[in-house]
Amino acid sequence: MRYRYNMASFSVEERKRPGPDRRSYELSKVSREALEPVILTSFFPRSVIDVFVEVLQADAGTRTAGINAAAVALADAGIPMKSMISSCAAGKVADTIVLDPMKEEDNFGQADLPIAMTPGGDITLMQMDGGLSPDEFHRAVEMAMKGARDIYELQRAALVGKYSQMTEPERKGAHACD
Amino acid sequence: MTNVISEIKKDFIYNLLLKGERMDGRTFDQYREISIQRDVIRKAEGSALVKLGQSQVLVGVKMQPGEPFQDSPNRGVIITNAELVPLASPSFEPGPPSETGIELARLVDRGVRESKAVDLEALCIVPGKQVWIIFIDVHILDDCGNILDAASLGAIAALLSTKVPASRFGLGEDYILPIRDIPVATTAIEFNDVLMFDPGVDEEAIANTKLTIITTVEGNICGTQKSGKGMLKPEQAYRIIDIACEKAKEIREKFLEA
Repeated sequence: MRYRYNMASFSVEERKRPGPDRRSYELSKVSREALEPVILTSFFPRSVIDVFVEVLQADAGTRTAGINAAAVALADAGIPMKSMISSCAAGKVADTIVLDPMKEEDNFGQADLPIAMTPGGDITLMQMDGGLSPDEFHRAVEMAMKGARDIYELQRAALVGKYSQMTEPERKGAHACD
Repeated sequence: MTNVISEIKKDFIYNLLLKGERMDGRTFDQYREISIQRDVIRKAEGSALVKLGQSQVLVGVKMQPGEPFQDSPNRGVIITNAELVPLASPSFEPGPPSETGIELARLVDRGVRESKAVDLEALCIVPGKQVWIIFIDVHILDDCGNILDAASLGAIAALLSTKVPASRFGLGEDYILPIRDIPVATTAIEFNDVLMFDPGVDEEAIANTKLTIITTVEGNICGTQKSGKGMLKPEQAYRIIDIACEKAKEIREKFLEA
């Protein structure tokens, strides 16, 4: 599996030079590793699954949003997966642990902790920067996991919604593009 | 970028693990012998050679005046780079930095930056115009496992021995770079619900999940990173953090003796 996280030059306040930078290389790596544990790649020997994530407008939490979208897109593409992956961040802002920090909170925040997990609570992504005591870390992980559980419901609804709206031949037949 | 490991070796490690043992006789949370040599490169402003068991990492620090970033006109700049030299491991190739190399450099950088080990405001020369730029260059000389912890230790050791070369640039007398914290990275792998600290190269090859915890002198966590294509239970992560905090304290004590 390959994963490319890319930010559009206009997605941030100050124009970003187009193309990959060191940050996007790292995010691509950890995002791929967040999804790999559930993808049954053995069904596709000698093949590659390409995931492209384009950030069009950034307001913090782009890696988690990318992972959430990628997981739904993979399921939509019919890639066999052991489970869904849902991702959410928690942070510390003004000495308070908060869920899903936005840009202003992230810029002036004291810590950022994005996670991704399966609905069963197995963690597939865990990053952190800033400063947290072990106790705060614990609380932030619990909070982010709760957020990820909420996102899972939305992901599920999106997939179920699509298939329940399909007509009978569409459901039986192949993809709309075929 | 993964090291290949034979099935027979994998089985060997696995069978040992079931008996609660490791290949080199260590306990699961025991680090290999650490040695730190400072000032090994004369031309560099600061340097350190770290040996973690057989793994060897050399870190050099260079400094020069330059322009600050627009959003932090009064702060010095840290630029961290990692070279995975091809002779250090069969999986390192010459050419542009690999994903692993970039991740390693960014994690070393995260430790130094987030722990606020360097007082960047003290590195301002002319506000908005000129500040000191610190280049931290990590060379992995021999990868026998857990190069991240070694690199992170090497970076802070090199910074601790760094002299700001002010006289060379006509900016007064040289002085010692003030350091306020000692971030320590502690890495563990998870394999079959066993957590192994300071993994050797074969142990890294069998594990799917690796978790690195970077802690500060005060015992706070200033960075973490899960890597590898495996999963981790939250309880396992918490256990790693608990042990990592203790281990980091031990490493830091040894470090201060050196």
